[in-house]
Amino acid sequence: MGTRAVAAPASQSRLVAILHRGTPLLFAILLVSAIVLIADAGPVVIQRRVTLGLIYLIAVVGLYVFVGNSGVLSFGNVSFMAIGAYVSALLTMQRAAKAMFLPHLPALIGGAEWPPLAGALAGACVAAVVAAVAGLPLVRLSGISGSIATFALLVITNVGLGNWTSVTGGQQSLMGLPIYTNLWIAFGWAVFSLAVAFLYQESRSALALRASREDEVAAQASGVRIHRERLVAFTISGFLSGLAGVLFAHLLGALRVDSFYLDLTFLITAMLVIGGMASLTGAVIGTVTITAVTEGLRQLEAGFQIPFLDLTIAAPAGLGDALLALAMLLILLFRPDGLAQGREISWPVSAGRGSQPSVE
Amino acid sequence: MIETIVQVAADAVSLGGLYALSALGIGLIFGVMRLINFAHGDLITAAGYAVLLFASQSVAFAIVGALVAAILAALAIERAAFRPLRGADPATLLIASFAVSVFLQKTLILFVGGRPKGVNFLPVLEQQVAILGIHVQLLQIVTILVTAAILIALSWFLKRTRYGLEMRAAAENFRVARLLGVRADRVIAMAFAISGALAAIVSLLFTAETGLVQPRMGLQLVIVAFVSTVIGGLGNLAGAALGGFLVGVTTILLQSLLPEDLRAFREAFVFIVVIAVLLLRPQGLLPARGLRERV
Repeated sequence: MGTRAVAAPASQSRLVAILHRGTPLLFAILLVSAIVLIADAGPVVIQRRVTLGLIYLIAVVGLYVFVGNSGVLSFGNVSFMAIGAYVSALLTMQRAAKAMFLPHLPALIGGAEWPPLAGALAGACVAAVVAAVAGLPLVRLSGISGSIATFALLVITNVGLGNWTSVTGGQQSLMGLPIYTNLWIAFGWAVFSLAVAFLYQESRSALALRASREDEVAAQASGVRIHRERLVAFTISGFLSGLAGVLFAHLLGALRVDSFYLDLTFLITAMLVIGGMASLTGAVIGTVTITAVTEGLRQLEAGFQIPFLDLTIAAPAGLGDALLALAMLLILLFRPDGLAQGREISWPVSAGRGSQPSVE
Repeated sequence: MIETIVQVAADAVSLGGLYALSALGIGLIFGVMRLINFAHGDLITAAGYAVLLFASQSVAFAIVGALVAAILAALAIERAAFRPLRGADPATLLIASFAVSVFLQKTLILFVGGRPKGVNFLPVLEQQVAILGIHVQLLQIVTILVTAAILIALSWFLKRTRYGLEMRAAAENFRVARLLGVRADRVIAMAFAISGALAAIVSLLFTAETGLVQPRMGLQLVIVAFVSTVIGGLGNLAGAALGGFLVGVTTILLQSLLPEDLRAFREAFVFIVVIAVLLLRPQGLLPARGLRERV
């Protein structure tokens, strides 16, 4: 790991330059593909866990698009997940199911029965629009004030959805969603999200935004329109988070407003920070690591048999949650800047013209 | 009419006081090490369970037990988790404190279970007392008096004692304070101990009011405290207290002024006000001197 910007020899072919430049995306896609291929051959339980892991990956990448590039920690992205989830659920559920669970739904939504893809795109788009509108005031705030404002957004969304009984069912679970998210669908959307995040971070807008992350005053003095660039990132971030929410909803088949609150926010933010919030590589590594640790601890709780002995050892239920928090803390103690330390992965040999100088 | 106004005012001031004490606990730690300690809520919870343990024996036992539990827990998390991370990125510190909070909470659930437990602590305070013919709950008067006493004691400590001076110096500029002979470990440990004591007092008042303890009881308070310190002005203790107080007062006013069918959305309105305050004063109502960015 580690990038260096070295003047490239003129003879270096364009293809190699593109390959160099695309390394983080290539690495992420290869890693995820490998995991998915292994899981595909495994038992159904593992497939489901990996599917959930891929949905988390989309959410973490969505969070990364804003947090990684702007440097402002957002606690509001889970509310976009909730919005995506509910919009897609309401548009794709069968009319009969809606008539039963939500009798007071406006006729326009009550009569809708969209195909899954249309529902997914609508969910993500509505989340993006909400992000753009909510972002108008929020992007004016930097640092910890910005984080608290996004946290306020999370609370407002939670209270709003939780009490808007006629549309969301309020505190009760909304059931009867079509279940279509599987390993390969989640994989497809994960690759899509990684590509969106990567293409965005290669853009001029993201470069300007990262400049403001390093030094707000200097960036402003150099002509960076910080608020506008932040809003662009926040909107894309809202879209991807909304998408993650949609897939989450159609994996579980039932929705509860409180599934999209502090616990999920903690998990998604921890994955990003533990991986290293300043690079796409970090977002991917963080998600994979935490998902793997969670899964390992779950196995521990389920109990495992010691080979050659007729003995099964199981940890008490609930220990896994405590150990997960402990593991997160230990990783932070040893790597305070995250596992990837804010850098993108690159070729071990001297990088060429295409390499992206990383700002420490 | 007058009676309603006085009762709403008593509600507002006592809730504001409780929130102000919670916010001070977070503000103190932020001052000395730029850490927003999300695990402060779990100190409140720890003190709550100490009350549960000792309440049947005597009130004094319960109070001492709560103080000891919260202070020890505060010192322990400082030593184990936050000391090695001193000087790390604020986002890392915040996530670390999230992790500490989840760890404490899940460990507690492992031992005592997740269900709320009833605790009969100071039932005397539930009675109404009449002042000039107006009925107010005794607990509210106690809460208001305790808050006022703590605020006075804390400002005396910070302004008039050597350790208080060290703490203020550390909050203003940690490096220069160390150069002038302030011992970093001691000043930070002391801030954690005081924040633990504040958590215990909040917990005692809160437990007396709700009559329940449960593993997530500190969460609501810490969220409010977290927001209050920011709108009050991070790094400024008077700001933290003011922020907490205002959030409490706003909550009660919305509760009594909002029409019936909007009352469920009360929290949402409180947080809309929070965003509005932040937009008008991004550095908080009382900005701290040491935090202003120099260009």
